[in-house]
Amino acid sequence: MPLSASEAYEPHEPHASHEPHAPHASKEPGEPYDLAVIGAGSAGLAGAVTASELGLTVALLDASAHVGGQFYRTPEPALGAARPEALHHDWAAFADLRRRRQATGGITHLAGHHVWTVARQSDELWAVHAVTGADGAGERPVRVQARAILVATGAYERQLPFPGWTLPGVVGAGGAQAMLKSGLVLPGRRIVVAGSGPLLLAVASSLAAAGAHVPAVVEATGYLRYARHHRALAANPHKLLEAVVHGSALLRHRVRLRTRSAVTEVHGRERVEAVTVSRLDGDWRPVPGTGRRIACDALAVGHGLAPQIDLAVGLGCATRPTADGTSALVLDGHQETSVPGVWAAGETGGVGGAQLARAEGELAAYAVAARLGVRAPRTESAHVARLRRRRDRMRSFADAMARAHAPGPGWPEWLAEDTDVCRCEEVTAGAIREAVADLGARDARTVKLLTRAGMGWCQGRMCGAAVACLAAGANGAAGAAGVAGAAGADGAVAPPGERRPLAVPVALGALAALEPGEPPEPPTSPESNDSPRSPESPKSPKSPVEPDR
Amino acid sequence: MVGAGVVGAACAYYAARSGLRVTVLDRGPVAGGTTGAGEGNLLVSDKEPGPELDLALLSTRLWRELAEELPPQIEYEAKGGLVVASHEEGMTALRDFAAAQHKAGVTAEEIPADRLHDLEPHLAPGLAGGVHYPQDAQVMPALAAAHLLRAAGARLRLHLGEEVTGLLTGGSGEIQGVRTASGPVHAPYVVNAAGAWGGELARLAGVALPVLPRRGFVLVTEPLPRVVRRKVYAADYVADVASGSAALQTSAVVEGTPAGPVLIGASRERVGFDRTLSVEVLRRLAAQATALFPVLAGVRVMRTYPGFRPYLPDHLPAIGADPRVPGLLHACGHEGAGIGLAPATGLIVAQALAGREPPLDIAPFRPERFASAA
Repeated sequence: MPLSASEAYEPHEPHASHEPHAPHASKEPGEPYDLAVIGAGSAGLAGAVTASELGLTVALLDASAHVGGQFYRTPEPALGAARPEALHHDWAAFADLRRRRQATGGITHLAGHHVWTVARQSDELWAVHAVTGADGAGERPVRVQARAILVATGAYERQLPFPGWTLPGVVGAGGAQAMLKSGLVLPGRRIVVAGSGPLLLAVASSLAAAGAHVPAVVEATGYLRYARHHRALAANPHKLLEAVVHGSALLRHRVRLRTRSAVTEVHGRERVEAVTVSRLDGDWRPVPGTGRRIACDALAVGHGLAPQIDLAVGLGCATRPTADGTSALVLDGHQETSVPGVWAAGETGGVGGAQLARAEGELAAYAVAARLGVRAPRTESAHVARLRRRRDRMRSFADAMARAHAPGPGWPEWLAEDTDVCRCEEVTAGAIREAVADLGARDARTVKLLTRAGMGWCQGRMCGAAVACLAAGANGAAGAAGVAGAAGADGAVAPPGERRPLAVPVALGALAALEPGEPPEPPTSPESNDSPRSPESPKSPKSPVEPDR
Repeated sequence: MVGAGVVGAACAYYAARSGLRVTVLDRGPVAGGTTGAGEGNLLVSDKEPGPELDLALLSTRLWRELAEELPPQIEYEAKGGLVVASHEEGMTALRDFAAAQHKAGVTAEEIPADRLHDLEPHLAPGLAGGVHYPQDAQVMPALAAAHLLRAAGARLRLHLGEEVTGLLTGGSGEIQGVRTASGPVHAPYVVNAAGAWGGELARLAGVALPVLPRRGFVLVTEPLPRVVRRKVYAADYVADVASGSAALQTSAVVEGTPAGPVLIGASRERVGFDRTLSVEVLRRLAAQATALFPVLAGVRVMRTYPGFRPYLPDHLPAIGADPRVPGLLHACGHEGAGIGLAPATGLIVAQALAGREPPLDIAPFRPERFASAA
């Protein structure tokens, strides 16, 4: 039984875990929060904690039951995990944030809240719309009002399809790591790790440390590309250290690193039995005759991460193409988006990892506090300056990594015509090429309209990059130039440029239970008369009903 | 032909079939504007007797022919429409309306309350009755446009991603073609099929055509087995309008699709080309749709998107030659009915280009009819 709108709109949501409010950060019931933070990962948690320490009232919304986001995962209590830190890099920083969260008041943690849109209510007030409760008929709408928004919605794994990628046993590289961290389970016993990006080494290390045999890590770029950006590396010694740690762990477990190679086919009847690994040329084209079969029972694959920015795009925040062909939010030096009152931190501004996310979350909190008229103690100014320098240094490193791992333009050559590109709707590479060649599609959106690619459960998050690439690639010179222009000199995967006004699916019953609002645009003059056509209306003597046609 | 939406595609199709060589230009892809945002409804049920209904009845016949000629991918479905009334007052108005339509050639069958669930098993209980319109049908609009263009054959050239920046005219002001960033395209006739942007193209030609965008949102649910068989919508805001709450501009139209998702429209607002999500519109459409089909309450909306109907002040399209500019024709301003009215529009334009008599009286669609008001 859905709650009535008024109940659902009570600011004291039944699922909220209220920390005791510090005297300086108390909120009258019904008053808006100073800050709504969307996403309780590294960026959001750091932002919420810092803002609360500065005296702001903060709502921290996240879909998950625990804080920590994609990176810091709390194992299910029933598993009795004694040392979650063993599976996590930099657990101490997370523990510190959790301790500070306990110490400060004023954070209302809204766990299990799936935010589907953020709407501007006035120049100084935002409404965050979420659903909570069981999926489907059990969903209830919740509206959280706030004077400022911090978008810390992280990233999702990017996939480039290849023949056989829909076989059971093929999992996302990030997904494999998440399964391990939160469920202490492995996707197989003999796991090939493949794709591109710095995450692969970390995933391989974790899997090997947890007892899996990892016959190969297959990386599409050559690590030599890092050398081109050695200045960024030198400025980020901890990243080098991280690489050495992973490297040595891989050596210890006898994991072979194959660079400039890709899994170009997966074999197996019911599930993965083996993969073919081929050498790639500089453009990621498979070199004929170089395929080698590697037996395995699972494949963990990922081609980097893509910022999860649907909510911000829905608000009209400007985006920029990243060097590896994703879309990230445009941010100023204070982490504010192009929409005043909306800040962002972490992967939404370009994928850069948990440490960068923490620094940005903190910086955003200081900026929000300043905007709302809360002055940070003088003693903090040196700290903020230090944070900025660290942020800038880590950002430049992140950009260097993105350039190094940008997919080459030749990757579609490993697709067969019958390879499913959109796995939700089972749309093949051949069908997409036909839509482009014969039916006049020139972009991912039109391909979607004509083939249904990207219309399924994942709403194109899984296939968007590949579809955009196939749509542009087959357009000939103009398309290719456009892609190169958008994705940077050495990237061929362009940002899909998708808009998803609903960031997550919402039950119709939950939408219907929303609090009634003002009519969007009441007719004010005969010229702007938008009243329904009806026999009674002299202006528009039409039918009693006027459906969309 | 300026515009590669369904109207431009239908005009190109019929013109090419009558032997003309046609170039279709669009600054975007095929079906990149309102066509791509439409539900693909081919309706007679919502039209009162008059010129638009005549156009719709002709189109209904033409769509049936096209469904034979074009590949099945256009998802033509003669599914029929069902308009329901929730109380007796609304049913009376609906009955009168259907009787008038019947005289104009519409097939309309009254469905008493106790038979509604034979047609739509999941309808809410307690409705007063309805009218079944078997002529209502549906296509997948983007695929319909794409396949119309493809079926036009070798006489058609498609210039996508090319924006028309001006019109070429001769010494006495007659049309000689269009200008684009990549060069001129010469033709003695230019057809304005630019949909919601038709007013802009008219301005390039130096004439006024007051096309304005009228925004609507469509909600798309997760795929379902066939829960909704027809196009179902409620008629009972006749009474709402009479009671003065005319500000209500949402009327949920609920329908299933061959691919599985249920589509829910239709809202109407004049807010320019603003694509910002309106939470209030979503609330109203969801409330109305679940009132019709309570079973949908637990069904999730996967996505929503806005579209911009090309709106003209008298709710009728502008079709045919513009006497103010020799060689210029218009085929735009169909508001929310462009998919349905496309074939009849295309046929009228093709006939006009060939110097033949139109298939019906096109005086009500005269493009210059707003000139005196402007």
